[in-house]
Amino acid sequence: MIDAVGNPQSLLLLGGTSEIALATAERYAGRRRLRVVLAARPSPRLDDAAVRLEGVGATVMTLPFDAADTASHPETIEKAFTDGDIDVTLVAFGLLGDQEKAWTDHATAVELAQVNYVGAVSVGVLLATALQRQGHGTLVALSSAAAERPRRSNFCYGSTKAGLDAFYTGLTEALRPSGVKVSVIRPGFVRTKMTAGLKPAPLSVTPEQVAEVIVDAVTHGREQSWAPAPLRYVMSALRHVPRPIFRRLPI
Amino acid sequence: MSEIVVRSLSGWGGTAPSRARVLVDPTVESIQQAVRDAGSRGVIARGLGRSYGDPAQNAGGLVIDMTGCNRIHRLDADSGLAVVDAGVSLDALMRAALPLRLWVPVLPGTRQVTVGGAIAADIHGKNHHSAGSFGNHVRCLELVTADGSVATLTPDDELFWATVGGMGLTGVIVRATIALTHVESAYFIVDTDRTADLDELMTLLTDGSDDRYDYSAAWFDAISTGSRLGRAVLTRGWLARRDELPPRLRREGPAFDAPYLFTAPAVFPNGLANRVTFGALSEAWYRKAPRHRRGEVQNLTTFYHPLDMIGQWNRAYGSRGFLQYQFVVPFGTEDTVRRIVEQIARSGHVSFLNVIKRFGEASAAPLSFPQPGWTVTVDLPIRRGLAEFCDRLDEQVLDTGGRLYLAKESRASAATVACMYPRLDEWRKIRAAADPGGIFASDLSRRLELP
Repeated sequence: MIDAVGNPQSLLLLGGTSEIALATAERYAGRRRLRVVLAARPSPRLDDAAVRLEGVGATVMTLPFDAADTASHPETIEKAFTDGDIDVTLVAFGLLGDQEKAWTDHATAVELAQVNYVGAVSVGVLLATALQRQGHGTLVALSSAAAERPRRSNFCYGSTKAGLDAFYTGLTEALRPSGVKVSVIRPGFVRTKMTAGLKPAPLSVTPEQVAEVIVDAVTHGREQSWAPAPLRYVMSALRHVPRPIFRRLPI
Repeated sequence: MSEIVVRSLSGWGGTAPSRARVLVDPTVESIQQAVRDAGSRGVIARGLGRSYGDPAQNAGGLVIDMTGCNRIHRLDADSGLAVVDAGVSLDALMRAALPLRLWVPVLPGTRQVTVGGAIAADIHGKNHHSAGSFGNHVRCLELVTADGSVATLTPDDELFWATVGGMGLTGVIVRATIALTHVESAYFIVDTDRTADLDELMTLLTDGSDDRYDYSAAWFDAISTGSRLGRAVLTRGWLARRDELPPRLRREGPAFDAPYLFTAPAVFPNGLANRVTFGALSEAWYRKAPRHRRGEVQNLTTFYHPLDMIGQWNRAYGSRGFLQYQFVVPFGTEDTVRRIVEQIARSGHVSFLNVIKRFGEASAAPLSFPQPGWTVTVDLPIRRGLAEFCDRLDEQVLDTGGRLYLAKESRASAATVACMYPRLDEWRKIRAAADPGGIFASDLSRRLELP
């Protein structure tokens, strides 16, 4: 259960090697003994992630999870809940990749959409069922500022996040009568291995800063959050810039 | 007619709500059936919802709203025994008992608690040092157990003592026999002392004078620092005999005046509980008390239940809610009490509804909260930093051999609570024998990993 001041006891990280997800788990592990289910493709990075969290006192169960293989998701999600209630679930998996290749190479484009959007919808539906049965919990979905308006520089990634964002925003309303909360997080540029080598955009954040926004959102029941917070107003303005000007902006 | 509705439920602090199916207006038969049909999320009973945290809610499961089970079956003026449904409130019981010159032996800070809740939390009152906790006055209880049958338990049964203070996790209490005490009036003879600081209060409570009074508790200031730290208003007394009353009051039979002013609307913004408002309130409350007064006649509302005049007063804390932090530490650890009061005053977390009291002997119940020592209670609005602050208080309480009260707490860790209750494993064995399938479950039991 999440207690009166926002401390959860259990976490499910879908995308268990995501630096944002791990930073969030570390933040929570500092407060209470935590049980974490780390779901990701088996790899040395996943093992390292488990060791990292065990190092801060969490009990970790790793679960093989392939975001692209939606047929395997029902069984995986069911396994995630076998040890008990999950207080906070984080949908944190995603690909970025080479954005020019993403619209010129068929396989890359399809994989991006499959993992980022279809995978997110697939787990979203399964988590909604599981959390409703449990009668409580918060589902956190990592969207992106890129979801808010397609930009030439990353419209493939942006479009998959736009789909994820719309799905989870709608799910917030669908789950409202059940007491299950949904929180959509829209970070800007986050300095991680996924963006290594790219030039950081203005208002960039670290995984720890995104984790702080996530913990805050869960504690206060915020359904839509930006990291950093001022990005909300930047994106709001950008959304209304006329297209002839927008396309010339260096973003 | 028993019916099932879906409700969002929380405790009096308004925090961590969860949704459950609620069985409303149950009968004993429908409770038995509900227990037999319990699904994987289990069942828990709920009274009037005055616990501050999450013991009377059950996310995804079934909650039995016992307030509809509220018949008083028997009140015997000679023996003082009352046989009541578990959903009877202490307020209703008092009103029915007073004309027979009978008194509820243990009363908490509000009369809006059910008999079942009073037993399950093993509540205590201003007279704990003289009368012990509620479970000590229960002669018999009827409990719907995990197999759906009704067990009749007395203080000779270990399941009885596991149910007292057991937070509803041994079964659903449906009926109880309480031993009421004989009284001549519903008025108190009260001595009041206003102290300049916490030390002066502790001196008054340790100089032997406290044992002369049946009822004793102090409000203290949790906002002022420095020389005014913990300045307090100590009120102590006993129930008046007829010959102690002025002639005007002697003529009436025992009855009490319980004025009800208004119900707070659900529109309060967050942040009303702050240093400015509560600082002013604390100052006013302190100043209004006489420096010393002896032998004053006070009615129940004035002496005991001032807050019951305002319905739903917890709404004044806004939508973010608040938590109540109540702990007990053993005698001899007065410096811990002082240190904690000082930390609260310096922390920026403001509390107005503060109480300090001496506890007497502990009960036989393994999960009962009161133990000999000092109990301190503060109400803290939910705000940034409160989680960490309360964690630090927990460490100090635990280190000095003290503990938290399960009926009040809403954020302690399972590990901390397990250390605070050395008889927890003993209680777990009794509970597991009575409920091997874990039918009785609540948000509290899950959060604190109790079963």
